[in-house]
Amino acid sequence: MATRTKPKRSLVETAVLVPLDWVDERSAAVRGTKWFLFRKVPRDISWAQTLGSATLTAFIVQALTGSILAMYYQPSAAIDPTTGKPVAYSSIQQITNDVTLGWLVRGMHRWGASVFIILLFMHMGRVFLFGAYKYPRELTWITGVLILALGMLMGFTGYLLPWDQTAYWASAVGINLNGTAPFLGPWLAQFLAGGPEIGSLTLPKFYAMHMLLIPGALIALIGVHIYLVTRLGVSSPPWSGERAGRDKPEPMPTNGRAGLVRRGTPEKVG
Amino acid sequence: MSDSGHDNHGAPGPSLWPIGFAVGVACLLLGLVLSWVVAAIGALIGVVFGLLWARDVTRDVRGEVPEVEPETRAVADQAAAPTVEPVPAVEPPLHTYSRSRFLEVTTLGLGAAIGAVVTIPVLGFAVLPPFTDLEQHDVDLGPLRNFPNGEYVVATFLLDPKQGEVSRRTAFVRNNGLTQKGEPSFTILYSRCVHLGCPIQPNGPVDEKAAKTFGDVELKPVLAQSFGCPCHGGLYDAEGNRKAGPPVRSLDRFTFSIKRNRLILGQIFAVAHVDGSGAQATIQRYPWATPGTHVNGIEAWLYPIVPSQVTNNSPMAG
Repeated sequence: MATRTKPKRSLVETAVLVPLDWVDERSAAVRGTKWFLFRKVPRDISWAQTLGSATLTAFIVQALTGSILAMYYQPSAAIDPTTGKPVAYSSIQQITNDVTLGWLVRGMHRWGASVFIILLFMHMGRVFLFGAYKYPRELTWITGVLILALGMLMGFTGYLLPWDQTAYWASAVGINLNGTAPFLGPWLAQFLAGGPEIGSLTLPKFYAMHMLLIPGALIALIGVHIYLVTRLGVSSPPWSGERAGRDKPEPMPTNGRAGLVRRGTPEKVG
Repeated sequence: MSDSGHDNHGAPGPSLWPIGFAVGVACLLLGLVLSWVVAAIGALIGVVFGLLWARDVTRDVRGEVPEVEPETRAVADQAAAPTVEPVPAVEPPLHTYSRSRFLEVTTLGLGAAIGAVVTIPVLGFAVLPPFTDLEQHDVDLGPLRNFPNGEYVVATFLLDPKQGEVSRRTAFVRNNGLTQKGEPSFTILYSRCVHLGCPIQPNGPVDEKAAKTFGDVELKPVLAQSFGCPCHGGLYDAEGNRKAGPPVRSLDRFTFSIKRNRLILGQIFAVAHVDGSGAQATIQRYPWATPGTHVNGIEAWLYPIVPSQVTNNSPMAG
């Protein structure tokens, strides 16, 4: 047999592989990436299972556009002497009307926020309807619920930042809604507003929460969530005829319950 | 049914000291807002329960103090006596406290102490300011002649000029004339809806031509016998009592005083209900509270401890 002798590595190959090997030997980054990306998924998954990635993409868009908006936005309720309007409102006006492509990036961030929330709910609905929250994925579900709550909090804190009438009064109502919760409600409302009512400290507080505190927690939780998804794998849909981890599918049932029951004998009868 | 699944017989029950410690810390934090007496009591509770807790937790680590038997051997006698075959003494294993264990505990303890020193002030800085040093300044609304008898005037003003426009507030001021005792009487309703805090509007025409502006204050007469909220449809009558919609109490009011024939606004207070009208009204007055919260009745039990909204005690009375 003509076994190929070890071919001399081409220069390009060497140029790519040597640094990769160097990095992988020290950090296992390449192995980790393979573990993360090249994993087996059930044969019968569909577009429905991409909602999670879509949500992640929406979050990345929000993070990027938000970081850049932060370079132009000023969270101050003081009056801008040149415009006669609050500084925060004026800076939003400037981003929208003056800064090149500002209208686009602000629009992406503003509408992307709704997209993120909608995708969160669709993703959650898919997981719920597919029963994908069941053993062993309960912890994934719990972190997902926390991500949903933080996502809503992002919406709440971000809504005030344009500092226009809608933002101001919607936030006043939102804060006072929290204030009606029993026992700790009034404390929560006064904490959020930075005093008995919305004042000059409310805007920077909401800004700090919106761009530092909540995103930090959100990124950490998303990391845990994705780690769990990678570790536990994607569940097959409830109508799947295949059992997870099996090589060959059994022939589909032909009676009236076809498609409704998961086939195959369970290993243990509980 | 058998409890065969449980195999923790004999294990000590969970310690109750942490609960006392938590109560103490909560009491201390509340005391920082309420008064130093409560804080001192909380600190005492926290320290006592904390020490008890620490004692409880470190019991295994410290180990029981071994009882040392008094030394009774007479060494000289033994040496002189004919040697008996030495019986290998089976000594009970001593409770030792190894170096690594000591280092582990001290490292963890030191780390916890450093973490607490850093975390507690930061947490306090994050949480406490909204509840402390809340000053509400008096506002000069100008000469009394701007307030005709029995008619509402829309007054907008800066509650705290240092904060600027963000502290602009609106009040509806009605001069009620004199009370039966001959004292001046004003009805001064705060425009914050007591449902969820939207700005209520007078249901009547505002006389823009008669508007007066001086300093940060603007006064506009209005013909209104009721007030409505644009957000959720709350409706109030001329005394601030709820007529319709979701509000849970009557409109908040300002206290007032009169200095050199000028109307001065004082603090805001909450009103459960107003009986009567104008100068003869009986006002059920309560400390200023968050919109949407009941100040009296059984629903107020839902808010047993509410944060103070104003901490300065202005000498003025309404």
